[in-house]
Amino acid sequence: MSAKIVTVTSGKGGVGKTTAIASLGIALASLGQKVVCIDGDIGLRNLDVIMGLENRIVYDIVDVVEGRCRLKQAMIRDKRVPGLFLIPAAQTRDKNALSPSDMIRLGNELRAEVDWVLIDSPAGIERGFKNSIAAADRVLVLTNPEVSAVRDADRVIGILEAEEKGSPDLIINRLNYDMVQKGEMLSTDDVLDLLAVNLIGVVPEDKSVLVAANQGMPVSLNKDSRAGQAFRNIAMRLTGKDVPFMDLEEKGGFWNRLSKLTGGN
Amino acid sequence: MSFFKKVFGNEKKSAASAKERLQLVLTHDRTDITPAQLEELKDELIEVISRHISIEPGAVNIDIAREGREQRLVADIPIKAAPRRGR
Repeated sequence: MSAKIVTVTSGKGGVGKTTAIASLGIALASLGQKVVCIDGDIGLRNLDVIMGLENRIVYDIVDVVEGRCRLKQAMIRDKRVPGLFLIPAAQTRDKNALSPSDMIRLGNELRAEVDWVLIDSPAGIERGFKNSIAAADRVLVLTNPEVSAVRDADRVIGILEAEEKGSPDLIINRLNYDMVQKGEMLSTDDVLDLLAVNLIGVVPEDKSVLVAANQGMPVSLNKDSRAGQAFRNIAMRLTGKDVPFMDLEEKGGFWNRLSKLTGGN
Repeated sequence: MSFFKKVFGNEKKSAASAKERLQLVLTHDRTDITPAQLEELKDELIEVISRHISIEPGAVNIDIAREGREQRLVADIPIKAAPRRGR
């Protein structure tokens, strides 16, 4: 095996990186791929709770790097989907506990074991971010259709290009179709026009994401969730499949009904 | 939507403001050129070019244009018509 190493990053915090990593991990594993998700947010770990694996942590990524355990001992197996593992972040250390070369070494060790390594980057553009992109073959920049998230995404894209990581792919998360229709939210086209990078997915705003987080069940496990479907589509695009973009229009949504009522379209 | 368009047609939607504001902010973030620096550059350009050719200083326009992730400096400098001979 020779894994692809994919990092999800955003600049701004709270845009949905961890949700994306957990969902993409589940979705790729469901396609029969062997996947390791790594929490790169040392000191502020959260991928474990989003994946619902917080009670099973014994060793973390810093233990591996500092030689207190073997790599396999820090890989927590997700029992819901075969072939999915989590390497949690250390909670009582900081970003300086790891270096970019540690990540490259770890990435190379994992390449032989799995098909995909997904790295959840911390917010910001400092050490933790630099660690998270060091080993990446491919970077996904995640943003929300909102001024501060788009601005930070642009900054991160600029840094990735300067570091010769190549042009990243973009995920637009939490798009509210009704608001876009009303002209009160940046549209997919607006964001693409501003950031000028390749789009790999648009995830609609969806209450089921919070419910999924509450339960520690990544949203891509929920067959009825539109956000879950969007993440499953992104996973398929990562494997090279050409999946058409979802129709984000909510049938029978408020704006649709109002628009019909007032005779326009 | 037609009814709403008629009633609120002139009102600028917030998404349009967001995009416009972001276009300016991103240009500045990417190039690190402030509008004041651009103004200064414009004044100096007018001065230099005026030494060689007769231009309309009031109509000179210097701007940063975006093409994908590339930025370019675009100068639009109208030249004054040459005085006609034989008058």
